[in-house]
Amino acid sequence: MITVENLNYSVNGTQILHDVSVDLPKGGMTALIGPNGAGKSTLLSHVSRLLPLQTGRVRVDDLEIGHCASSDLARKLAILPQQVHFVTRLSVRELIRFGRYPHCKGRLGPKDHARVDAAIEAFGLEALSDRFLDTLSGGQRHKAHVAMTYAQDTDYLLLDEPLNNLDIAASRALMALLRDLADTQNKTIVIVLHDINFAAHYADHLVVMKDGQINCTGRPEDLVTTALLRDVFGTAANVEMVCNKPYVLP
Amino acid sequence: MKRGYIAALLVAGTFVLATISLFVGVISLGPRDLWQDPASWTLIADSRLPRTIAALISGSALAVCGLIMQTLVRNRFVEPMTAGTGQGAALGILVVTIFFPSAPMFAKMALASVTALFASLGFLMMVRRLPPTQPLLVPLVGMIYGGILGATMTFFAYQTDMLQFIDIWLNGDFSGIMRGRYELLWIAAIVAALAYFVADQFAILGLGRDASVNLGLNYNQVMIMGLVVISIVAALTVVTVGAIPFIGLIVPNIVSRRFGDNLRQTLPLTALCGGMLVLASDIIGRIVRHPFEIPVGTIMGVLGAVVFLWLLYRGPRHAH
Amino acid sequence: MRINPLIIGTLVLLGCCVLFMTLNSGGHWEFILKFRGRKLAALLLVGMSVSTATLLFQTISRNHILTPSIMGFDALYVLILTMSVFVIGSAGFNQLPSQVVFTLNLVLLIAASLALFGTLLGQHRADLMRMVLTGIIFGILFRSLTAFVNRMIDPNEFATIQVRSYARFNYIDVSLLTISVVLCTIALIACWRMRRQLDVVALGYETAVNLGENVKRRQTQVLILVAVLVSVSTALVGPVAFLGLLVVSLARLVAPNQTHATLLPLCALIAGIILVGGQTILEHILGLATPLSVVVDFVGGLVFLALVLRKGWT
Repeated sequence: MITVENLNYSVNGTQILHDVSVDLPKGGMTALIGPNGAGKSTLLSHVSRLLPLQTGRVRVDDLEIGHCASSDLARKLAILPQQVHFVTRLSVRELIRFGRYPHCKGRLGPKDHARVDAAIEAFGLEALSDRFLDTLSGGQRHKAHVAMTYAQDTDYLLLDEPLNNLDIAASRALMALLRDLADTQNKTIVIVLHDINFAAHYADHLVVMKDGQINCTGRPEDLVTTALLRDVFGTAANVEMVCNKPYVLP
Repeated sequence: MKRGYIAALLVAGTFVLATISLFVGVISLGPRDLWQDPASWTLIADSRLPRTIAALISGSALAVCGLIMQTLVRNRFVEPMTAGTGQGAALGILVVTIFFPSAPMFAKMALASVTALFASLGFLMMVRRLPPTQPLLVPLVGMIYGGILGATMTFFAYQTDMLQFIDIWLNGDFSGIMRGRYELLWIAAIVAALAYFVADQFAILGLGRDASVNLGLNYNQVMIMGLVVISIVAALTVVTVGAIPFIGLIVPNIVSRRFGDNLRQTLPLTALCGGMLVLASDIIGRIVRHPFEIPVGTIMGVLGAVVFLWLLYRGPRHAH
Repeated sequence: MRINPLIIGTLVLLGCCVLFMTLNSGGHWEFILKFRGRKLAALLLVGMSVSTATLLFQTISRNHILTPSIMGFDALYVLILTMSVFVIGSAGFNQLPSQVVFTLNLVLLIAASLALFGTLLGQHRADLMRMVLTGIIFGILFRSLTAFVNRMIDPNEFATIQVRSYARFNYIDVSLLTISVVLCTIALIACWRMRRQLDVVALGYETAVNLGENVKRRQTQVLILVAVLVSVSTALVGPVAFLGLLVVSLARLVAPNQTHATLLPLCALIAGIILVGGQTILEHILGLATPLSVVVDFVGGLVFLALVLRKGWT
């Protein structure tokens, strides 16, 4: 379980997170939703120690962020940031190999190679594995990055708006794969999503944020209502149930 | 109204500085000496007055050129002495000194202006290829470009054993200025003053190519005209006193922060401030290590770099 | 079949060294071996230091255009040297063993560079362009301050530093050769041992943190190593502006992969080839008086412009 207690964060006098306390359950998929600027990515960055803690505590199982070794956390939790800029010229396979770094410090054994191969296969990257990243399309490059976190083989996988710039086919494929990871390999997926319908359809658990605070948490079918859209997102949209999942009509 | 008030203050300040400048130097000279010692008048006429005038002219002309160049390139962080124009001029003088050592001064000047013009054109060509979203790339490219021209110059200077001249041309110093050795600078003063009359055209050019064409301006012609002004001033300064860095950068920036970007209004203020700043730096250079002198190029290097860093971090977010 | 550039580089470098030692020797072997041997050692040392420092610096700044020298690192060294002459006075300065002065300057440089470049690189999601420009202006500031302090020093003492403040490959300060070799070896071994960690840091802040690297601490370690390497090369031959950029850009071009395990030795080889080969050509074949550093600066400057104009800053 990821436990966040009394987290505050401000930049240049602007408070971005207001005393956030929330528990993210172990297992299954938890989606963070909320309007722009609600603090979803900031919260995720704190859990993944990308931002320094100002006040408050964050614990991932028995590891407390800021007090445990970063390398220990890297074997427990992986993050896929919103944007990754590379200056290094890497092939797909070289990138995915880095996912094994927390386990082997760069000296890959047979087990590590097997996991790299599994990642390449899981994402259907066999044909591209020797291509350089900068010769790939945006979608393919993105897939390679997800494959790297897959190779990292951590209990927790955090993703910050991974569907940005993906078309509908790629988005569905990625969500299905994450769903499968949660169901068959007992991984915990925490994902920031923009599209409420994607969140409602795939996630087991929602965390709704507004103005740097947790608005509510719970199951999608309980939370996603006309009232939520009005109060949190400020839009008068209708919600219908499709296949037992709430669906926001555009 | 307010601007007129400040302009008057600046003129007064310039006179005060100029007076101080007359009485500061290796040979001590007080106002009383003027009627007690007839030789003091010779000192003033031969050395102190020319030096003061040279500092005022080169300061104001370089500041004006900096402003023009920033308008033409549409970037706040460039100026002739750190973007290749000054180095181009020095390269020209080096070439003419190597191949035609007996050429008259005026011919050397002319050739230096031409090479400075080509160097500026080269800079402009490169700047056009840079993405407009990255304004800080422009000064960066300019400085490296200037460095390459400098290395070329050093190469030839080494081969011809003229290294000491490079230092003279690239590090501005007024200590060698005396009557008969600075008069070329008046041409720079005239050229910079002429720029005032076409200020509006430069200002339109600063709006961009499309806007200029829309307003019926001959874009290329005005652009070349601006570069010619910059090149002549740069060449004349380099030959007579040597390059003075950053003047063309910090003065227009400070003036524009206070008074905006209307070229016709800010040009005179820029000229006044530039003259004052260089003269003040020269006076400081004469006082700090009396009786030795610190070249104005060195003082401006320190001062200018500090102000540049301040502009870079405290300045407006948009560098256009 | 792919040919390993490391093997070719080694062969070419060996060839250059042989030519450097034997051309125009006139048969005075005993003298030549001693005189040119020291020079060769210094050149190789400088090549390794500059190229490694540049590669490391590019890794922690995640940018292939920056070099310590562009950021004013070696200018800072010269400034510190000048300041120490100013403070101690040239009489005292000349009495102190050069090793003591060197060590003192090294400590000061490490402290100053951590304060300065540590904060600059530490900015999260820093604006790279502004960082480079800041570095260049720092360089100008340090050089101008050096010139200023030079003038403040008694003109007689001025000569003490003047001989040290520009790159000269034909006259090398051999008194520092031993301490340089020791420091350089330690630094290079440290770099080699952290090559895998450097690969991870090169992936960028977020990815490196995700993989469990302590990026901040690594940056500090790397800055210390860079300060040591820059001090060694600057003390031996003076500032060499664009050598590092030229070498590392070439290495990236020919390297079969971009891991530090490949790049570190390859950069050192290329640097050695450029310095030893270039010096041989300039001195013994063309007989030119121009120092190699001038030529390197010219070519390196062009490389810089090409990098900037071709790629822009994405």
